Amino acid sequence: MKKLLSGDEAIARGAYEYGATFATAYPGTPSTEILENLIPYKEIYAEWSPNEKVALEVALGASLAGARTIVSMKHVGLNVAADPLFTAAYTGVNGGLVVVSADEPSLHSSQNEQDNRNIAPFAKIPMLEPSDSQEAKDLVGEAFRISEEFDTPVLLRITTRIAHAKGLVECHERQEVPLKEYKKDAAKYCMVPANAMKRRVFVEERTRRLAEFGETFPWSRIEWGDKAVGIITSGISYQYAKEVFGDKASYLKLTLTWPLPEKLIREFAAGVEKLYVIEELDPFLETHIKALGIPVVGKDIVPNMYELSADILRQKFFGGAPAPNPVAGVNVPPRPPVLCAGCPHRPVFYILKKLRVPVMGDIGCYGLGLQPPLEAVDTTVCMGASVGMAHGFQKASAWSGLSRKAVGVIGDSTFFHGGMPGLADMVFNKGGGVLVVLDNRTTAMTGHQPHPGTGITAKGEPTEEIKIEDVVRAMGVKDVAIVDSYDLKAVETALRHALEFDGPSVVICRRACALLKGLPNLGKAVINQEKCTQCHACLRTGCPALVSHPDGSVTIDPNACNGCFVCGQVCAFGAIEKAGGGERG
Amino acid sequence: MAKVTNVLLVGVGGQGTILATRVLAGVLMQEGYDVKMSEVHGMSQRGGSVVTFVRYGDKVNSPLVEKATADLILAFEKLEALRYLPYLKPEGTLVVNDLAILPAPVLLGKAEYPYNALDILGQKVKDLVVVDAAKLAEEKTGNARTQNIVLLGALAKRLGIAPGTWEKAVSENVPPQTVDANLKAFWAGWDRGQV
Repeated sequence: MKKLLSGDEAIARGAYEYGATFATAYPGTPSTEILENLIPYKEIYAEWSPNEKVALEVALGASLAGARTIVSMKHVGLNVAADPLFTAAYTGVNGGLVVVSADEPSLHSSQNEQDNRNIAPFAKIPMLEPSDSQEAKDLVGEAFRISEEFDTPVLLRITTRIAHAKGLVECHERQEVPLKEYKKDAAKYCMVPANAMKRRVFVEERTRRLAEFGETFPWSRIEWGDKAVGIITSGISYQYAKEVFGDKASYLKLTLTWPLPEKLIREFAAGVEKLYVIEELDPFLETHIKALGIPVVGKDIVPNMYELSADILRQKFFGGAPAPNPVAGVNVPPRPPVLCAGCPHRPVFYILKKLRVPVMGDIGCYGLGLQPPLEAVDTTVCMGASVGMAHGFQKASAWSGLSRKAVGVIGDSTFFHGGMPGLADMVFNKGGGVLVVLDNRTTAMTGHQPHPGTGITAKGEPTEEIKIEDVVRAMGVKDVAIVDSYDLKAVETALRHALEFDGPSVVICRRACALLKGLPNLGKAVINQEKCTQCHACLRTGCPALVSHPDGSVTIDPNACNGCFVCGQVCAFGAIEKAGGGERG
Repeated sequence: MAKVTNVLLVGVGGQGTILATRVLAGVLMQEGYDVKMSEVHGMSQRGGSVVTFVRYGDKVNSPLVEKATADLILAFEKLEALRYLPYLKPEGTLVVNDLAILPAPVLLGKAEYPYNALDILGQKVKDLVVVDAAKLAEEKTGNARTQNIVLLGALAKRLGIAPGTWEKAVSENVPPQTVDANLKAFWAGWDRGQV
């Protein structure tokens, strides 16, 4: 049966069809939907792990238990998981282990752009790259087989345009794959130096055998066309190259892109007059092919940053004027994403801006707090960085005799992901930073996945709810406050106190994400136009439910308002009123 | 190369463009086409600009539509119609919702909304269909939230696919209790989309 599936959905389907029984992940665009689509399968255990390192460690344990296992994350998540990955390359696996890296060329919702194909030679593991949804599904099966046959984790590397683009996929029944027997084997699984020294040799030999395997791996193939132009390509770039060159070129479509099949590449190179490499981001294939002594043109023509497209290839290879822009000169204002109406982060940022304190941000919806009119966030680096940076800022100041504090802001999910070690550091090293936990009771940015603080698992089962206040107190933080994010006064009082306090402080600003289902109805806010002086103070909250009109008046869109009443607390003239029923919860 | 038809659905996060795209894709699959579609998730869900590319034909390679090659654009909002107009080919069709949603910079007084968007589109687009989808949705279904399906109906008439196929795809993709309202919305749009 054919279904229209995104690459993420297809990978989940592949894990199901090829007998996976275990899946872990930490959510992150563009990888999130892989685990989301695995959760409904009753044959597969699935969990959201607190971070990617844990996700991979749990997956490795499951693999040793003999289960076909898939672990998925976004590109920067693989940085977090790099430590276990590089040694898992030595231990090898028992049940097949597939590690999915969803890279994001053009960083649509990421803090950097990195080409995780480089991880494969670095970690010395094989890598597969699908070029559409059908291949994404099929290659999960190939990856499990390669993993088990060659005793290695397999990197399945996709990009946003594979993860989120949909195509037709032929779906099949599931093949049940029983758990492989587990045998205690310290020489293989205990990577103390003496054992690791021996496995090091195995890893090299494995790479040699994989390279040989790659020479006849049917998913890498030559498509002969016009032999004047030969194109070596992989992943989504294959589609763009086909779109532009059609049958006016010959192609070597590489699918096992590490280790590379040297003979196949030489055969192809010898069969064409002019050889190009068309690949997105880094000159990965190009560098390795040049190292074989094969002359090839790549990044001299094809850009080395941002997403590739057929548009770009056409322009770079064939020149010509770009298509005329029919709206050149027309005013088309940008439409940046904003914190939602009723977002509980907004009042906290509103107060932080008022307090004029440096704010070390983190990765999540609250990154949007950097935009006007709030402009409250100073930094965004990686998950958990807010705590360490706030600590470093305060510590360096204190070291030089300045009493300067910085505030770190971190979400609840991110607190469990990467925030806890930073807080331990702050307490351990006698720091005096302020950590604000924006606890909106979910992983909001990626679409409401549960985490250790929500009391519910990925499968929807009730579980122990780890309370952030208990954790921070157990870590030795003496100054802990819990406030309602919607209560501007309470947030301000707590923050002012924390900034005065001598020692580390944690302020937990708690209020469920306004988009969560099943929240109490808080009614709506309305503006009493007779009382309104058009001072526009309410607009400084940046709430998208507030609409300013060309005549200077402001109204509230009742379809957008979520009733947080933050605007009402900001209005000095009492012009914003509660409309209708609804409870103040 | 075999003919591929290119369609864009553009709008603002939360307007229901993804649901409309799902219905469209369902119809194209039913018709036996190779279909690829592409959208960018992530921060655009927070009230940002949203675009979905749909390509169909005998064999589709790239999931992206190139500039000046779209046969059809369905715009759920006027400013977004302007933003993505460079994708429309000169003889292409634009179906636009007569609706303005102000982006944050406009709300903050840092930018001006092009209130004359329909005039500009009228000058630039040879085949322009303007639909007051909110009004039609209210009139025909009593629910403004069906306006995405009204718009889809207006687009549907241009694709030369049997109405029954559309009815089936709409019914399969909307919540069961809203099937009737959405079918009414679809036909309201269909009637509005002149050929």
